[in-house]
Amino acid sequence: MTGTITINGQIVPFQAGQTIIEAATAAGIYIPHLCHKPGYTPHGSCKLCTVNVNGRNCSACTFPAVDGQTVINNSAELQQDRRRITQMLFVEGNHLCPSCEKTGNCQLQGVAYYLNMTDNHFPHFFAHREMDASHPDILIDHNRCIFCNLCVRASKEKDGKNVFAIAGRGINKRLVVNSVSGLLKDSDVSIDDSAVHVCPTGALLIKRTGYQVPIGQRIYDHRQISEVALFAEGSHEQ
Amino acid sequence: MKTFIQTVLAEADARAVNLLQILRAVQARYQHIPEEAIELLAEGLSIPRTQILGVAEFYSFLHITPQGRYDLLISDSITDRMLGNQFVLDYLAERLAVQVGQVRADGLVSLNRTSCTGMCDQGPAGLVNGLALTSLDIARLEEIVELVNQQTPLSQWPATLFAVADNIHRPGLLLSEPLVAGDALRAAFGRGLPETLEELDRSGLRGRGGAGFKTVVKWRFCADEPADTRFVVCNADEGEPGTFKDRVLLNSYASQVFEGMTLAAALIGAQQGFLYLRGEYLHLHEQLQGVLTERRASGLLGENILGLGLNFDIEIRLGAGAYICGEESALIESLEGKPGIPRNRPPYPVTSGYLNKPTIVNNVETFLAAAHIAVRGGAWFAAVGTEKSAGTKILSISGDCARPGIYEYPFGTRIRQVLEDCGAVDVLGVQIGGPSGTFISNRELDRALAFEDLATGGSFIVFNCSRDILRIVQNFTHFFAHESCGFCTPCRVGTSLLKKQLDKIVDGHGSAGDVVELENLCQLVKHHSHCGLGQTAANPILSTLERYPDVYEKQLKQISYEPGFDLDGALAIARRMAHRDDAAAHLSQLED
Ligand SMILES: Cc1cc2nc3c(=O)[nH]c(=O)nc-3n(C[C@H](O)[C@H](O)[C@H](O)COP(=O)(O)O)c2cc1C
Ligand code: SF4
Ligand code: SF4
Ligand code: FES
Repeated sequence: MTGTITINGQIVPFQAGQTIIEAATAAGIYIPHLCHKPGYTPHGSCKLCTVNVNGRNCSACTFPAVDGQTVINNSAELQQDRRRITQMLFVEGNHLCPSCEKTGNCQLQGVAYYLNMTDNHFPHFFAHREMDASHPDILIDHNRCIFCNLCVRASKEKDGKNVFAIAGRGINKRLVVNSVSGLLKDSDVSIDDSAVHVCPTGALLIKRTGYQVPIGQRIYDHRQISEVALFAEGSHEQ
Repeated sequence: MKTFIQTVLAEADARAVNLLQILRAVQARYQHIPEEAIELLAEGLSIPRTQILGVAEFYSFLHITPQGRYDLLISDSITDRMLGNQFVLDYLAERLAVQVGQVRADGLVSLNRTSCTGMCDQGPAGLVNGLALTSLDIARLEEIVELVNQQTPLSQWPATLFAVADNIHRPGLLLSEPLVAGDALRAAFGRGLPETLEELDRSGLRGRGGAGFKTVVKWRFCADEPADTRFVVCNADEGEPGTFKDRVLLNSYASQVFEGMTLAAALIGAQQGFLYLRGEYLHLHEQLQGVLTERRASGLLGENILGLGLNFDIEIRLGAGAYICGEESALIESLEGKPGIPRNRPPYPVTSGYLNKPTIVNNVETFLAAAHIAVRGGAWFAAVGTEKSAGTKILSISGDCARPGIYEYPFGTRIRQVLEDCGAVDVLGVQIGGPSGTFISNRELDRALAFEDLATGGSFIVFNCSRDILRIVQNFTHFFAHESCGFCTPCRVGTSLLKKQLDKIVDGHGSAGDVVELENLCQLVKHHSHCGLGQTAANPILSTLERYPDVYEKQLKQISYEPGFDLDGALAIARRMAHRDDAAAHLSQLED
């Protein structure tokens, strides 16, 4: 089943099995996203990629493209709602961008720039979340985890390991590590695992790499996340 | 511990899909899921320990730290509050010397709140080690205190403490007509299975779980899906506060419900069924097992049912305290031994459900109605009700009325009639369909019970004029924040923000802008959440804001903005340390 859908009035072809975001990316249309990454099982949890499909809101990263769909991606209303959803992620954790070593390379921050987010809008939760600095090479700062599940999927699907999982319910969700102590140093994580390189925020970091590229010269310091994402994820080569 | 775990594992065929049942058994034995058990189970099931942690931390009735040997949970539904659950908590806390939310130092007893336990017609209610306690008055509380202090095993507690009444006040089409076991199956096979589906179509039956999807359509979809295995699931999660009709159906009409499931199995081609029973209804578990055993003995379950060539059996699976598990795809995840997180759709359960096989999930009442329709025909059912809502609806009525309990009405009945029958006077409003439904005011009592007007899974909570709207809405809003599965951002963060924002207003710190903000947040959570929980979580606020804007307004400060943060208050420690309390040591954040 191949066919076409329209996104913001533009006719976009798709191939059988493609989701809306895949079809959009292939056509050079950026839909903001955080929990989605090409090559990983879609998750559909951050809701940043919400688009309006034939009048209903759907997650573009999980919703299949179906012939004849009318998709709205860039209405002012959607951009406003996406900004609010991003602000929710900022107040839920503790994100101190200026002092975060991921700053400029962080997708959460990149999306916030893209959406013109200038403040956090909502009251902060000031959640008490700990750091796990136990591992010699890898650091977890739980303050910055947005529960996108990418490290979980990477560890399971790419590394064949199951180092990470998300436990808890509701606002008490937490990232957990598969070791008796619960600490990263006692798990079978390796610095070469995709899981520790996939994090869109500064929650999972490789130690001693933080300032190799100076602040001001980092990815999103000069380029919009839309441009970067389309370049990296786009299937122009496909 | 090792031998115990081995036994538990053996009983569960050492399959990870039975993880929830396994953890329930561990919890029952050790009052929590001990670290050592996690290791043993991870090894025995060949799954990562984090998978076990994920389940243990998701369900309210599972714990990774020990609870008391007598674990007392008091229902915190709005009706329990109206009936004095705070008194119950205070009384128990004092007499048992344990704080709410804590375990007594000697480990004997723990006390906490829990979401609605489905006993709204006989509250204040609670649970002790998962077993229902009803009508908690001083005499019964004193009895409980004695039994706990004397460490009397639960099996020796007087049965009166655990008595759960049906309280059926108005039986109708389904509750008054008897149904001989096996008759629905005999009728269906006698008429022919395709013809029976036709009858079901003619009946116009729509799902009784709330959403009202046409039952025959769902069953046909599932039957038409190419597959070697299909499943029938009965949704007895009944977590919507104020709903308890499924509890009564399972207590007194279980055989008919199982017959409906067996009928469904014949029609869609399933061999295995599940009754997903909410953990709060543990008290029904043994009795229901008995009904299944009886039906097996009568040839109504198992191999070659009634000699009709049908093979089908039903297994009961218990939940563990999670409202979200009523959502059908979360329920299926839970059946698979996982946290109850709703799946992405499509695919829908009818194409990819339990173990990714086609599965129908229906409400208890839907199966009961289907069994009756198989016997009496579609026209019999369709003759009652309205054009788009055929038949009757069984209601659980609680709150401010003389006769709380179960009432069965033809669709189309006016709310006024219902209130008259249950003895409700001086009505302020009625919460229809539970917190996720609609709050109607006393100016709307001529509205009708029907999918065209007021749809409901069966929860009717009546409030009289002495009640405070904001307290009601606050209870509901806190409920959703507590029950959000946390999978998606708008609901995980949004329901907690709703709670904060509403509390700010209710506590008297709100200004006009805060109500606007509250409403915007409601719309965001409603329109962007992944599943029905988030999509309806703001309904209590939205439906009362619409009807009682003045109630919110009255609660506001007469200034344009009031911060949620007390700047001057935050400086108190600094002042104390500096030994200062002069005017300059105080900060005012508002122009007076
Ligand atoms: C948060 C949530 C909780 C639900 N709880 C229940 C429930 O307790 N019982 C029920 O039958 N349906 C419940 N539902 C609806 C089910 O998802 C599903 O629609 C229903 O079981 C289908 O059965 P029916 O077609 O017979 O109504 C719930 C839905 C949501 C979103
Ligand atoms: S640690 Fe990073 S990758 Fe893992 S869930 Fe959190 S934000 Fe996502
Ligand atoms: S809406 Fe709420 S309950 Fe539903 S998936 Fe999202 S977080 Fe979970
Ligand atoms: S990117 Fe689609 S929901 Fe996160």
